[in-house]
Amino acid sequence: MPLKLLVTVKRVEDPESRIRARPDGTGIVTDGVNYKMNPFDEIAVEEALRLKEKHGGEVVVASIGGAAAMVELRAALAMGADRGLLVRHDGALDPGVGSALLQALVAQERPDLVLLGKQAIDDDQNQTGQMLAARLGWPQATFASKKESLESEAEQKKQPGVVLAADGGRALVVREVDGGVETLDVALPAVVTVDLRLNKPRFASLPGIMKAKKKEVREIPAASLGVELAPAVVVRRLFDPPRRQAGVKVADVAELWTRLHAEAKVL
Amino acid sequence: MSNVLVVAEQSRGTLRKATLSALTAAREVARRTGGTVSALVLGSGAAAAAEELAAHGVAVRLADAPVLAHPLAEAHAPVVADAARVAGASWIVTAATAYGKDLLPRAAVALGAAVATEVLAVAGEGAEILLRRPMWAGNVIAEVELRGTVKAFSVRPTEFAPAARAPGGSVTPLPVSVDAASLRTRFVELQEVKSERPELTDARVVVAGGRGTRGDFGPLSGLADDLGAAVGASRAAVDAGWVPNDWQVGQTGKVVAPELYVAAGISGAIQHVAGMKGAKVIVAINKDADAPIFQIADYGLVADLFQAVPALRERLKAG
Ligand SMILES: Cc1cc2nc3c(=O)[nH]c(=O)nc-3n(C[C@H](O)[C@H](O)[C@H](O)COP(=O)(O)OP(=O)(O)OC[C@H]3O[C@@H](n4cnc5c(N)ncnc54)[C@H](O)[C@@H]3O)c2cc1C
Ligand SMILES: Nc1ncnc2c1ncn2[C@@H]1O[C@H](COP(=O)(O)O)[C@@H](O)[C@H]1O
Repeated sequence: MPLKLLVTVKRVEDPESRIRARPDGTGIVTDGVNYKMNPFDEIAVEEALRLKEKHGGEVVVASIGGAAAMVELRAALAMGADRGLLVRHDGALDPGVGSALLQALVAQERPDLVLLGKQAIDDDQNQTGQMLAARLGWPQATFASKKESLESEAEQKKQPGVVLAADGGRALVVREVDGGVETLDVALPAVVTVDLRLNKPRFASLPGIMKAKKKEVREIPAASLGVELAPAVVVRRLFDPPRRQAGVKVADVAELWTRLHAEAKVL
Repeated sequence: MSNVLVVAEQSRGTLRKATLSALTAAREVARRTGGTVSALVLGSGAAAAAEELAAHGVAVRLADAPVLAHPLAEAHAPVVADAARVAGASWIVTAATAYGKDLLPRAAVALGAAVATEVLAVAGEGAEILLRRPMWAGNVIAEVELRGTVKAFSVRPTEFAPAARAPGGSVTPLPVSVDAASLRTRFVELQEVKSERPELTDARVVVAGGRGTRGDFGPLSGLADDLGAAVGASRAAVDAGWVPNDWQVGQTGKVVAPELYVAAGISGAIQHVAGMKGAKVIVAINKDADAPIFQIADYGLVADLFQAVPALRERLKAG
């Protein structure tokens, strides 16, 4: 049974960039900051592509944001996704509103599985997938991972970590929890949010990048989806946390021990 | 008036300590808004955890039913919503553990509540509550307002002292109406990482290794055993499959605040630092004198960890 997979892709600040609050607290300093696809979403796209390669079907990628988010959608299309949806929304968004917009997309697209990152590394909310599952009344498997390591043979062979039952009606998802790894069996349609150890995302190939330019991306005004767009999580101000001061370099193990014992009194 | 409901976490009748940090945060909100604090314990055979929580002076409702045996968000979320209505709660608070993060946003939707995750502090003035939470891997702190009649947040356990024991608590049962047959999520198995060492998030000392260990955690494990410490790791070490996922410290792993954190063979990427910069004393052992970890370490030793760590163990034995 071919699968229809919906994957979310958020445009975020590059994790390598150094982020600071603006002195007036209204936002972050964006000079010199690069943007890219949320790293967790790259993993979600990769997983969807592997599932499609194994079972057949279609991978639709969706983003909510300004016109610039087209760059990240194209990046996902270059990896191999089939088509894109850009929900045009300028201005503040919170997981409540984001999940409501995604719910409207799900109503249009009727996917078997929605894959999201476990968190967007800008706001670090870790909520959108759980809220989407709740709104849809679907089962959720958050923090999807796998038992094999990223250096394993299964990973070399690009096996999907999410395993579908033969009838296509259920999925087994291994997830990272405190104290170990848990396996859940969820009936489809379902929502899965992905963690870092699920897979190593592929790089887009040059032909992939060329093809992506011709793939369809439909723009949908957020206001057309019948969702209340006012966020309920309102950022009032941003500030830099106190920075830790660098301490001293010790000459050798003997000095380290003395400092820890006599000065810091932790040993 | 705003009543506050704490959603507890337990496993096989043992209360997780992180819940007591959530209780502290809940009491701060209640003190400011003039409400009362109650708590909810969910599970099957969870009475002992409910009693333990009640011993901290809180009225506990115990939702005990076989359908709640496993921590499935699909099964637990409607019970949280029911309990919030019974308690007349306008705030729901839980710990930002894997369980709390999975459950709270799902429960919040049923209550129409906005959620703030990983809360570090309760700020604002008087009855106006603002919540401080990290963004961009903790490079920036946001002060957020939650709008609406019901609000929810998860607290970072290291930022709130666990509530102390106090009299006046109670346990009352909460009827559970979740129908097992309606659930579309099934628990298959939990593969636990068994360890004699203390829990990473509770340990007084954490010894952590990274890519610089080249997969040999032997010296670090030895040091951890000498110190009664937990072992942590960077993402690089976990991704390579050298150590369990559960050991990862950082933005997307565990957040720890021990008295002593020893980082060996870890470069100090911001995503790692996000999980350990709350440590009282940080020691870095790295053979690269320019590694960023030295910018935040209290004591830095430029050395090969395979020489330095065994030498430190010798020195410890000598006393
Ligand atoms: C979205 C996202 C989330 C992330 N989340 C996390 C997270 O939660 N936690 C986390 O840790 N990382 C996280 N990372 C990864 C992070 O950016 C770094 O890549 C990672 O922390 C690097 O691990 P490392 O320090 O072990 O490896 P490296 O950066 O490779 O550093 C290895 C260090 O070991 C030193 N070394 C080598 N040999 C020796 C020796 N014999 N003796 C002493 N020193 C030696 C080297 O000088 C070097 O400094 C995340 C990244 C992203 C993009
Ligand atoms: N504006 C957005 N556009 C597309 N996807 C999003 C957006 N916001 C959140 N998501 C998805 O939801 C996941 C979790 O985000 P969050 O709950 O904000 O941490 C992210 O990894 C994305 O996959």
